[in-house]
Amino acid sequence: MSTPPIFPDLRILSTIDQVGVEERAQRFQARSIKKESKLSALKLAITMLDVTTLEGKDSPGKVRQMCAKAMRPLPEDPSIGPASAVCVYPRLVRVAKEAVGESGVKVASVATAFPSGQSRMKERLSEIRYAVGAGADEIDMVISRGKLLHGEFRGIFDEVVRCKEACGEAHLKVILETGELQTYDTVRVASEIAMAAGADFIKTSTGKVQPAATLPVTLVMLEAIQDFHDRTGRMVGMKPAGGIGNAKLALQYLVMVKETLGKAWLTKEKFRFGASSLTNDLLMQIRKQQTGRYQSADYFSKD
Amino acid sequence: MPEGPGEGTAGSSAKRTTKKANSHDFVEGDCYAPAPENTDHVSLKRSYDLFIGGKWVRAPKKFETINPATEEVIAEVGEAGPKMVNRAVGAARDAYEKTWSKMPGRERGKYLYRLARLIQERSREFAVVETMDGGKPIRESRDIDLPLVAAHFFYYAGWADKLEYAFPGRKARPLGVAGQIIPWNFPLLMAAWKLAPALAAGNTVVLKPAETTPLTALLLAELIEEADFPPGVVNVITGAGRTGQNLVQHEGIDKVAFTGSTAVGKLIQKTLAGTGKRFTLELGGKAANIIFDDAPINQAVEGIVNGIFFNQGHVCCAGSRLFVQEGLVDTVLRKLKRRMESLVLGDPLDKNTDIGAINSPEQLTRIQGLVDSGREQGAKCWQSSQKIPGKGNWFKPTIFTDCAQSHRIVQEEVFGPVLAVQSFRTPEEALEKANNTPYGLSGGVWTDKGSKIFKITSQLRAGVLWANTFNKFDPSSPFGGYKESGMGREGGLHGLGAYVQLSGR
Repeated sequence: MSTPPIFPDLRILSTIDQVGVEERAQRFQARSIKKESKLSALKLAITMLDVTTLEGKDSPGKVRQMCAKAMRPLPEDPSIGPASAVCVYPRLVRVAKEAVGESGVKVASVATAFPSGQSRMKERLSEIRYAVGAGADEIDMVISRGKLLHGEFRGIFDEVVRCKEACGEAHLKVILETGELQTYDTVRVASEIAMAAGADFIKTSTGKVQPAATLPVTLVMLEAIQDFHDRTGRMVGMKPAGGIGNAKLALQYLVMVKETLGKAWLTKEKFRFGASSLTNDLLMQIRKQQTGRYQSADYFSKD
Repeated sequence: MPEGPGEGTAGSSAKRTTKKANSHDFVEGDCYAPAPENTDHVSLKRSYDLFIGGKWVRAPKKFETINPATEEVIAEVGEAGPKMVNRAVGAARDAYEKTWSKMPGRERGKYLYRLARLIQERSREFAVVETMDGGKPIRESRDIDLPLVAAHFFYYAGWADKLEYAFPGRKARPLGVAGQIIPWNFPLLMAAWKLAPALAAGNTVVLKPAETTPLTALLLAELIEEADFPPGVVNVITGAGRTGQNLVQHEGIDKVAFTGSTAVGKLIQKTLAGTGKRFTLELGGKAANIIFDDAPINQAVEGIVNGIFFNQGHVCCAGSRLFVQEGLVDTVLRKLKRRMESLVLGDPLDKNTDIGAINSPEQLTRIQGLVDSGREQGAKCWQSSQKIPGKGNWFKPTIFTDCAQSHRIVQEEVFGPVLAVQSFRTPEEALEKANNTPYGLSGGVWTDKGSKIFKITSQLRAGVLWANTFNKFDPSSPFGGYKESGMGREGGLHGLGAYVQLSGR
């Protein structure tokens, strides 16, 4: 963006009715996606995966395995995948970058004192620079939820603006950690601030706090993205993360995106799933759609 | 992105060609792949008789009931003439005097509980038939109609043995034989609304379903048989307006309960004047849905959609007049149009369908006529772009802007998926316009401010009011209108009160 970001006018934001949002989210779950629609949606979901490992015990070997899976999810069928990205801690970015090579799979790194954000701004920014320097294409930052809940909206805005600057060419995903924000109204405000400050994506959760992504909270964020687009013309991406453990739920998310933002957002450039265990269920369901039968879990590699 | 449309050249694979042809691709396709509800478990007879005195009685004349989505004949049903009406009322009188009114309330309650459970067990089948006969989406008949039907029977079953406590200080006795005439928009649900309180209080019933949607009432009669109700407690006679008229005029009934058009309601009132028969009328509506500028907008838009496009707008309490605070009009219209484009219109039996078929060709003509009048009178018409199936009765979701209070589409009940949008500047203006209608059945208010909800709703002259939601029903909540929307209440304790006479102990 050429013009410097401007702090948004929060008074124009509509309130959110909790009952109404949850009821609407349920309607998406009632959609019945079959046959060709289902198969194409499952294949699409694979390409939207940010395959993630964010654990203390992560090793270079584990990351390399994960990268192999992301690049070619189903060894016998090259038409499936690849996933969008692999998502790792900063220390493993270099390993991941080497592993994915020129495959087109991006490397995303969490940064800014993930998952709590409880560190000085100086260190949080230098973590971004470190990850980008090691080759990260995308940065998943966390916001200071304490500040936000305290009403320091301007502080959050400045934080995101500075992280975006630190990213340089790398894309910035802003994790709101909706499980800690608790009310949809707060999520709506946080979404607006993050988008106005220059986020390329807004993301629900770190995966370290429960509840992580839910359909209703994602709907609130999708509608925030839509309002922002209506106003500014800029398309911000969405990434629900954590808790999307099976294909059925993933398809419900896709239905929701399709019926709110429309097909322009149904690409990996604008929509991602942050998940560590979703891949194999998607693959199993794809096989089921293609062959009419379920195969044993042992026919799908666990990496 | 793989496989965009128009990429299938001569050399492309067979797979790609199919994808292009049936276009159910999740991203690029026009619609989702068909997901029809299974109909294998439904067994309908070719021909149905009248259910009188616990027996199936052959009517001399029959008429056909048609699936409005396919124009196919589903079955034929009997047309009850004066003789049959007489016989049904006689059977109901017998049952009233000999068994039902004498039976202890707890015993009546057992029958009602049994019926409620049987309905739950067979709800999938009933939902499919409701959708085939009436044209409403299976999602609605499955998720809304049928659960509410069972809930109504359960609710009033609970009152059957508690009549003594329902009206403190007074004794409640049944009225006698009730003649009940129900409409085609919620065939089975309206049957439940009518039957459950009447039976719980100890009345017996002659029920006449609408001529275009008689099937679920007949299936319900089969369940009543299966539940082993004493013969004559519930009689179901099918037929058109003439049959209903005979029933209303019959000297042997003590109470008329009618849901339908205001014109017929007035006719019934005239017929009943001076006869001493009691009546409850649940008639038309032209509900105002008021959106204030502090409303949760996205949920309000959803509420507008649920208010007017639920059941193709064939809802007496539909939110057919929308009032939006001036500063929000553009935003609401933009969001509303976008949401309307995402509605799925088509095969009512498809699980993804949001907008089903219009109930009858007559109703379609009426809707079209009023929409034409809207255009002629200068209102601006906008329709969503869904494709209309080749066969059957369909109408696209429609909104009118630039409406005046004097336009027919603002004044008259359309009973279809047609919304008239107006704006207002102050709460006073909203109230004045909202109340400026001969109807008064329902209304909705959207605001984040609790105090405003109470301030506005206390001044809206309508029987049912919703705040930050619309078209929500519960058996314990009374339903009914002001002014030309009818008199009397159904549902809740009020609904029970409409089927008893009260006296001192």
